[in-house]
Amino acid sequence: MTTWLIRRLIQALFVVLAMSVIVFIGVHVIGNPVDILISPEADQAERARIIASLGLDQPLWKQYVLFVDDALRGDLGRSFVFNEPALRLIAQRMPATLELAVTAVLMSMLFGIPLGLYAGLYPDGVVARTIMAGSILGFSLPTFWVGLMLIMVFAVQLGWLPSTGRGATAELFGIQWSFLTLDGLRHLLLPALNLSLFNISLVLRLVRAGVRETLPMDFVKFARAKGLAPARVIFVHVLKNIMIPVVTVVGLELGSTIAFAVVTESVFAWPGMGKLIIDSINVLDRPVIVAYLMMIVLLFVTINLVVDLLYTLLDPRVRLEAKG
Amino acid sequence: MSSADTAPKLPLPLREGVGGRGPVREETPFRRFVSEFAASHIAVAGLIIFVLIGVAAIFASLIAPQNPYDLAQLDIMDGRLPPGSASSTGYTYLLGTDDQGRDMLSGILYGLRISLGVGVGSALIACVVGTSLGLFAAYIGGRTDAAIMRLVDLQLSFPSILVALMILAVLGKGVMNVVLALVIVEWAYYTRTVRASALVERRREYIEAAECLALPRRRIIFRHLLPNCLPPLIVIATQQVARAIALEATLSFLGLGVPITEPSLGLLIANGYQYMLSGKYWISFYPGIALLVTIVSINLVGDQLRDVLNPRLKR
Repeated sequence: MTTWLIRRLIQALFVVLAMSVIVFIGVHVIGNPVDILISPEADQAERARIIASLGLDQPLWKQYVLFVDDALRGDLGRSFVFNEPALRLIAQRMPATLELAVTAVLMSMLFGIPLGLYAGLYPDGVVARTIMAGSILGFSLPTFWVGLMLIMVFAVQLGWLPSTGRGATAELFGIQWSFLTLDGLRHLLLPALNLSLFNISLVLRLVRAGVRETLPMDFVKFARAKGLAPARVIFVHVLKNIMIPVVTVVGLELGSTIAFAVVTESVFAWPGMGKLIIDSINVLDRPVIVAYLMMIVLLFVTINLVVDLLYTLLDPRVRLEAKG
Repeated sequence: MSSADTAPKLPLPLREGVGGRGPVREETPFRRFVSEFAASHIAVAGLIIFVLIGVAAIFASLIAPQNPYDLAQLDIMDGRLPPGSASSTGYTYLLGTDDQGRDMLSGILYGLRISLGVGVGSALIACVVGTSLGLFAAYIGGRTDAAIMRLVDLQLSFPSILVALMILAVLGKGVMNVVLALVIVEWAYYTRTVRASALVERRREYIEAAECLALPRRRIIFRHLLPNCLPPLIVIATQQVARAIALEATLSFLGLGVPITEPSLGLLIANGYQYMLSGKYWISFYPGIALLVTIVSINLVGDQLRDVLNPRLKR
């Protein structure tokens, strides 16, 4: 287990390093670093000063070492627009994104598991067929368009829910959260639903497939033969065996949910880091772009690592494989 | 399909000799495939709709009532008219107009052309690149295989939208940049799929036989291995076309995709976004419907293809 963990950590480190090279090459070789890292409004003297201070007159490998050195000290440049360290800017927006993504993932379990159970237990009914047809839509509709339609129906036509923004927030652990106030919850509902539609479809299909695979198995027959209550057979014996792939997939999806929050945040003007990056790209606020890319790589490598770890804890077969 | 389809293809005369049937309605794998595909009416409807959309996109300049990018044909006074309004010249805007006074129907037809072009084009390039890498990985094995698959794992551990976002953030917007981003996002799916089936196929006797004949490696890979790995590849390719179209629309909606001079459906939707809050829904709504119908029709075809071509689901 320890050797496996160490090997996995080294791999993760390697991925971060590789991605930093790619981002570095993207910014410093494909684009012109002078254009990318220095505000277009800077005058000649300031330009020369920044070129020297950024070490852009140095050879390429030395520049990369400098870039990594700065990054390790948490310095990824200052935003042109906000005139703040890029990293702090992103850190400020992160809670909003995490709040949205976690709510969406919870919603996907909340809706996906019961719907999938039902569709798996009664696969030939009209309701189950409707659920499955709906899940195809959930997979194939582009998130941004569904978001627009949600705004059109619930905010513009019906006027039930607010269309944009985060609403009132309350403080917890020194961070502002929307889910602690009623107004914030009202603002959270539509974006979270929008973001969770794909995951709801995914979870319900997984659960349905799992139920249909598990029901004919011997241990289920045995549990029934023992005279256990049908509810206990389904919710304990069947569901427990389905949960491993569901937890894994949902865990893995937390990452892509954070990624797709970029789209939802732009549609609903949710002030998270996804909206920040889109705004930054549109005004060419490049230090923020670079900082965001590095942060997201780090985030994803961490998520993948944690999911792998969880998987080994949940499924003994993987653990044995890693040992052997 | 029975095992006959996945097994090495016997020369046709041999098969006839065994079956003793006449050559007229003899069942070839292709005919069986067509009849199994046609068993689902929804899938056939999806295919027909997709073909119609494709034809409409290709002949957009002939079908569209207006060339939406010819400024001489636009009248700014006709801006943001609801569907069914008459223009100042007496022509009826069936789907309304956008803020520039463009006919939405024409805009959608021209937009479809860009959306489909980018989606299908990038899926094809990714298919060629990904399939070649997958075949090489499976056939050569060893270090080459490990290196390619490591790259695939790395690629697939990042969500597609983020990879595309990274690439476009560095390269800037533009049709070719979007295609490049989509290819980079998609190739790994083809590689993984093709490698999996090629690994099974390469242990079969017909590959061994080809090797005994000392055929060049390239010939074995592309003439013997590739045709037998096609079924899952076709399924993945269909799904990836739909994904590429959706992703392109998303990127363009975010303002990172195609430039304003070549508006795809996603960009049309983005243009209407600001007017939606004031109730002028049609500028975003109809391009969205066009996008939706395109994606759903491709997915319907893809779903049925998967059921027909998946050997595990054989009845």
